Amino acid sequence: MHIRKSSVVRIARYVSIRAGMVAVAVVVAVYLTIIVANIGGYVDEIIVSEIRFNVYESIRINPAYKGYSPEEVKKIAEERIESEIKRLGLDQHFMIRSFNYLYDALTLNLGRAMRIFSSSGSNRVWDIIGERLPTTVLLFTTANVLIFLCELFIGLYLSRVYGSRVDKLAVSLAPLSSMPGWFYGIFLILIFASWLGALPYGGLVDAPPPKEPLSYALSVLKHMVLPLLSWAIAYIPIGVYRMRTFFLMFSMEDYVDYARARGVPSRIIERRYILRPVLPPIITDFVLVLISSWMGAIVTESVFNWPGVGTLMVGAIAINDAPVVIGVVTIFAYLLGISVIVLDIIYAVVDPRIRVGE
Amino acid sequence: MSSAIAIRRTMLRHKSLLAGTSIITAFIFISIYAVVGIPYSEAVRMWNTLDYWEDNPKLAFPSWLNAFLSKKLPETVILSSTDGGVKVRQLLPFGGGVYIRVEISFNYEYDDFPSEVVLRLYASNLRTALVSLTWIKPDGGEFIVYEETISSEYRYYSISADRRFQTQYIKYVTEKLGESPSYDISPEIALFANEGRSILSPDTKEVLKGRYRAVLIFRSSNSEADVDVKLSIYGKVFGLVGTDHKRRDLWLAVIWGTPIALAFGVIASVVTVFLEMIVAALSAWYGGLVDHLIQRINDVMLVLPFLPILLMISYFYRLTIWTLLIVVVVLSIFGSGIKVYRAMFLQIKEMPYIEAARAYGASNSRIVFRYMIPKVLPTSIPNIVLSVPSYVFLEAVLALLGVGDPAAITWGKVLEEAFTGGAVYRGYYHWILAPSLCLVVMALGFALIGFTLDKIFNPKLREV
Repeated sequence: MHIRKSSVVRIARYVSIRAGMVAVAVVVAVYLTIIVANIGGYVDEIIVSEIRFNVYESIRINPAYKGYSPEEVKKIAEERIESEIKRLGLDQHFMIRSFNYLYDALTLNLGRAMRIFSSSGSNRVWDIIGERLPTTVLLFTTANVLIFLCELFIGLYLSRVYGSRVDKLAVSLAPLSSMPGWFYGIFLILIFASWLGALPYGGLVDAPPPKEPLSYALSVLKHMVLPLLSWAIAYIPIGVYRMRTFFLMFSMEDYVDYARARGVPSRIIERRYILRPVLPPIITDFVLVLISSWMGAIVTESVFNWPGVGTLMVGAIAINDAPVVIGVVTIFAYLLGISVIVLDIIYAVVDPRIRVGE
Repeated sequence: MSSAIAIRRTMLRHKSLLAGTSIITAFIFISIYAVVGIPYSEAVRMWNTLDYWEDNPKLAFPSWLNAFLSKKLPETVILSSTDGGVKVRQLLPFGGGVYIRVEISFNYEYDDFPSEVVLRLYASNLRTALVSLTWIKPDGGEFIVYEETISSEYRYYSISADRRFQTQYIKYVTEKLGESPSYDISPEIALFANEGRSILSPDTKEVLKGRYRAVLIFRSSNSEADVDVKLSIYGKVFGLVGTDHKRRDLWLAVIWGTPIALAFGVIASVVTVFLEMIVAALSAWYGGLVDHLIQRINDVMLVLPFLPILLMISYFYRLTIWTLLIVVVVLSIFGSGIKVYRAMFLQIKEMPYIEAARAYGASNSRIVFRYMIPKVLPTSIPNIVLSVPSYVFLEAVLALLGVGDPAAITWGKVLEEAFTGGAVYRGYYHWILAPSLCLVVMALGFALIGFTLDKIFNPKLREV
């Protein structure tokens, strides 16, 4: 493709403006998360009272302090509490620290979790997230790619046979999507795990995990069947319906009618006249859905006991582990932001309207 | 009148609209029944008071299940000294106290054993008293189940939980039949089984049908003392939808869950869509700085994960269901919905009738609220209807994750209790199915209406 110099400048300007906007959105989102995760500083009070308790408790059970008078003990304790508070930086006002947190988060210096440990025993937020991410990515990439391909091809097919019995059947299935994936999960567990006993209730692998890599993979696959199925039932019908409608709307455009009238073969009409203008927004949607899905579907993971980022988030929220929550949100804010910008660049290059500066 | 006919005609043409409307109407009637029949505060109090449910069996299946079973599951039998029992009170001579004999007799004709047997004693004016319970089976076999000195006014004695009686009974059976049973005979089986050789195996054990008698002897040194007895033989079926682990009738949760689900879903959906439209219209109409600001807030909300933020807020502030509603609405206004409406409004803004309105000097707010929003309203109605179930499920999600309103009676709450109560693993299917089928039917009702309205309001795709 030949691109003129003026259009390069135009694309660069367009992209940098978009990138600036996205960057602002990411920063604000991360900061809001920091505020919410710390309950506007209230978490600090909890930590300080925990420190007080721990210091007094350690002095009380330490025989070395037995002979001291209560005043002396109090003085020692207060000194220790103060140095502990200083060590954690809690002597500064929360508002000042919130910006330090923001800086740390944005430089991806995610720090250490307060209570959660990875199964290897580390409390670094990166380690904890790194341990959970692969399982989530595995399950939800499979699910989303499966759903995307199904809805794309079935939707395309239906738009071709619009009004036929198959089309009517597919459309009448759309209300199935009024219920979320995890909800079908419950029914599938009841049927396939509880009643038939054919598939596991949940989890990642059999316990104990098989030693051989092949049987390990098969075991994981077996555990993925129900979550995948539940998402397929919940999200394919509406996706198919939406795609079909989308393709139909575009196939009713005048330029498509004109191409038909000129006698352009229907294959080519479909590929050049319908798919080409329709695909960019569809792909953007898919990419964003895919990346957000790596954040874990909290409820689906909880229902199927899947050890992913979603269950990590629920656990972290339930015990006030702000660094983990902030870490996950920051990583995904970056991922989402970057993918939005990358997609923008691609479209800017591809889309003639931006290229010629309309 | 003509509009009524038109509605009827549309309904008849679109069967799914008729079906959906009937479902939602049924739910509305159930809601009215719930709200009128049992005031909310009363319902909440009942639901959270355990004593209220003491006559119900635990984890019972729905009663109608028996219609499909060849072996009938037992209903609950509640007997007491005033109802079905005979109480004889004798004063012992020389101020020696009182002797009370309560005999309760009943027919047991079910094919299965009860789930639990509990004896409750309500004594008065006693210092201490000696009580004993003798169980007499239809075949004449009898044994003492329980003997104890009591000193409190109220005594709850669960025969089902009495390990001592259980071991004694197993010893008794072993001696009687010369062979020890191959399983732990539970107290309910001990009380109601035929004591032939069939009792030795869990597969052949059978109920001895006929007239049972339970005799309670009560002796106290205080001649003023008195006692009343309640013998509860809990069955395995109850009511229309069964009970949960706290003996509560799930029917109450089903009917009171309905108005809450309807109100939560409909309010959240309507308010969100309306606010979305207003914000989008303002954004499109004013453009410039306002538009820019709204777009940026949109970007932020697209990056911010909805559920974790909502979860954090609910954890920290322990929201009630109505404050939760507000938070949900606030968090859902900004997002992809606004983008769609804004695009529509941008087109509308250029239409001649808006230009005309401007020309004769209509104010900004008049143009936005009277001319632009009404234009988009019809297309947004399917969206409003379609998004109701998602808010109902959102409430269920929060309940399931343990941050729901602790006092409210919602379907999600029942579902959560069923999950933590292990209903999936232990086979109490009714406990999960009662709330989830309600959710299914409600979601389908709204979906059927929504999709049909979409077809009607979307002229481009009107069926040919």
